[in-house]
Amino acid sequence: MIGRFLRGRGIPLASLMLVRQPVRLAVALAGISFAGILMFMQLGFRDGLFDASVTVHRLFDADIVLISPRSTSSVSMAGFPRRRLVQAMALPEVEGITPVHWNLLLWRNPKTRGTRSILALGFEPGDPLFVDPTLAPKAQVLTQKGRVLFDEKSRPEFGPVAEWFRQGRTVESEISGQRVRVAGLIELGTSFGADGNLLTSSETFLDLLPNTPPGSIEVGLVRLQPGSDADAVVKRLNALLPEDVTVLTKQGFIDFEQNYWRTSTSIGFIFTLGAAMGFVVGCVIVYQVLYSDVSDHLPEYATLMAMGYQLRTLLGVVVREGLLLALFGYLPAYAAGQGLYLLVRNATALPVAMDFSRAMTVFTMILVMCMASAGLAMRRLVDADPAEIF
Amino acid sequence: MTVLSHPARQPGADLVSTVSIENLSHWYGRGSTRRQVLQSVDLEIAAGEVVLLTGPSGCGKTTLLTLIGALRQVQQGDVRVFGQQLKGAGRGQRQQLRRRIGMIFQGHNLLRCLTAEQNVQMGADLLAGFSYRGRRDQAREWLRAVGLEDHLSKLPQDLSGGQKQRVAIARALAARPQLLLADEPTAALDSGTGREVVELLKRLAREQSCSVLMVTHDPRILDVADRLVKMEDGRLLQAIE
Repeated sequence: MIGRFLRGRGIPLASLMLVRQPVRLAVALAGISFAGILMFMQLGFRDGLFDASVTVHRLFDADIVLISPRSTSSVSMAGFPRRRLVQAMALPEVEGITPVHWNLLLWRNPKTRGTRSILALGFEPGDPLFVDPTLAPKAQVLTQKGRVLFDEKSRPEFGPVAEWFRQGRTVESEISGQRVRVAGLIELGTSFGADGNLLTSSETFLDLLPNTPPGSIEVGLVRLQPGSDADAVVKRLNALLPEDVTVLTKQGFIDFEQNYWRTSTSIGFIFTLGAAMGFVVGCVIVYQVLYSDVSDHLPEYATLMAMGYQLRTLLGVVVREGLLLALFGYLPAYAAGQGLYLLVRNATALPVAMDFSRAMTVFTMILVMCMASAGLAMRRLVDADPAEIF
Repeated sequence: MTVLSHPARQPGADLVSTVSIENLSHWYGRGSTRRQVLQSVDLEIAAGEVVLLTGPSGCGKTTLLTLIGALRQVQQGDVRVFGQQLKGAGRGQRQQLRRRIGMIFQGHNLLRCLTAEQNVQMGADLLAGFSYRGRRDQAREWLRAVGLEDHLSKLPQDLSGGQKQRVAIARALAARPQLLLADEPTAALDSGTGREVVELLKRLAREQSCSVLMVTHDPRILDVADRLVKMEDGRLLQAIE
């Protein structure tokens, strides 16, 4: 097999043709890299924005999440009867549950007195809520009425809450006309739907929103025994519980939120279009380069055909040129993509990172770009008439 | 020169002429612009024979060469190369046949992006059954045979006209052809270099017992031929011994 490969080995015509024309090679690689960087950026922004919509969702300590079928996204969560969550306890796999109140409330900036909508989560301070173990001790202060934990990663428009709190000042503000006091700081992060977050106890939450029907919650967290199959439990819960509740895995809950932003906003379309433009620009450049390369070498290709080389072999040279361009154009694009992601993360706090699937997507796009261009450039090769070169 | 020893011949190959042409006619163009370039040409080339084809330009010499070289479809008449009928031969068949025919062009037609050695190896690579190293060694042997052992890794742009044409000869011979077609190989060379190149070509072809058909205008090299064929207006004139 290897022996056969070595015997079949010939002069690496494709790479020599590229290397011996450094200017043309540089133009091609620059064009491909540019297209790659453009695709990396556009897809990175898109995925980053979608990721940012589920900052809070990811933090929940849950294997299964119950929501109302009327909920459409984190900005419009509907209530469902809390006893559905209690019913879920009937399954032996279920280890624990946490009922969560979830709503957007108006927070008054303690400095400027302006109001702004903030995401408020209400839960029993003794219940596990987030995966992060540092929350539980902080949550103890919430047993006192009228206390909240403020997310210090909230946007500055909510006021210098964290700063004042650290200075030891008593930070008090107003939510829905009721006085609340900041009793601690937590770190969650902003998302599409919420510019800021705060945690409070169920009791305080219901005081702030007196119109909430009794026994109604927006999110029910279900934790399973270690080793349980979440998908199977979801199926059984769906069969067990009536239609007034939707049962999702935690991933399903995340997908539910992302899907909303994907389908109900034009973010996906805008950035996918941007990536598609990068693809088209790359195609044009690679095609130009390969086409003029084949045209310039047409007499040489014709000579090879006169010598007895098959057209197939020569087409293979063009394909290999395309492959090499794809590979060596991708590498700088990948490196530049990493650097630019770092830049974006530092500048915007958007969770943009190079992940394997995007790296593969962009590579595939570049490969398709180069192969399609090679395929079109090949048509020129068919014009190589060995009879014309005498 | 063990590497360049006489290539294995197919049994009975010597019994037929290398080239045998009967009543060959050829036209260019269609309809009213149709023009006959070859008129009932008959020609035989025996194995190992060196034939020179001369005549004024436009008389059809190159057309004849491309037809023998299986680069064009035969329109009318019989052309047999190594006993194979070329009339009606398909693309694949002609391409296979071309592997056994060496070609040297008026311009050297070397690959610009390859060194002298790599250019010659493109010829040797057409041979089946040799390792990469074996084929490279053969390429070097051939370059030594044409006196360019010091210029192995030079690009064509760094070689003189005569050197380029010698690389082209080495490339053509590296594929071990049984027939060598040359179209004015000395056209771009001064007389002294031209003479040298043609004599080298003849000597190496002899050693390989390879037949040669050479088109030339150059009166100074006519004496290397075993036989001289003259052509005018698409017809072969009587051979001059």
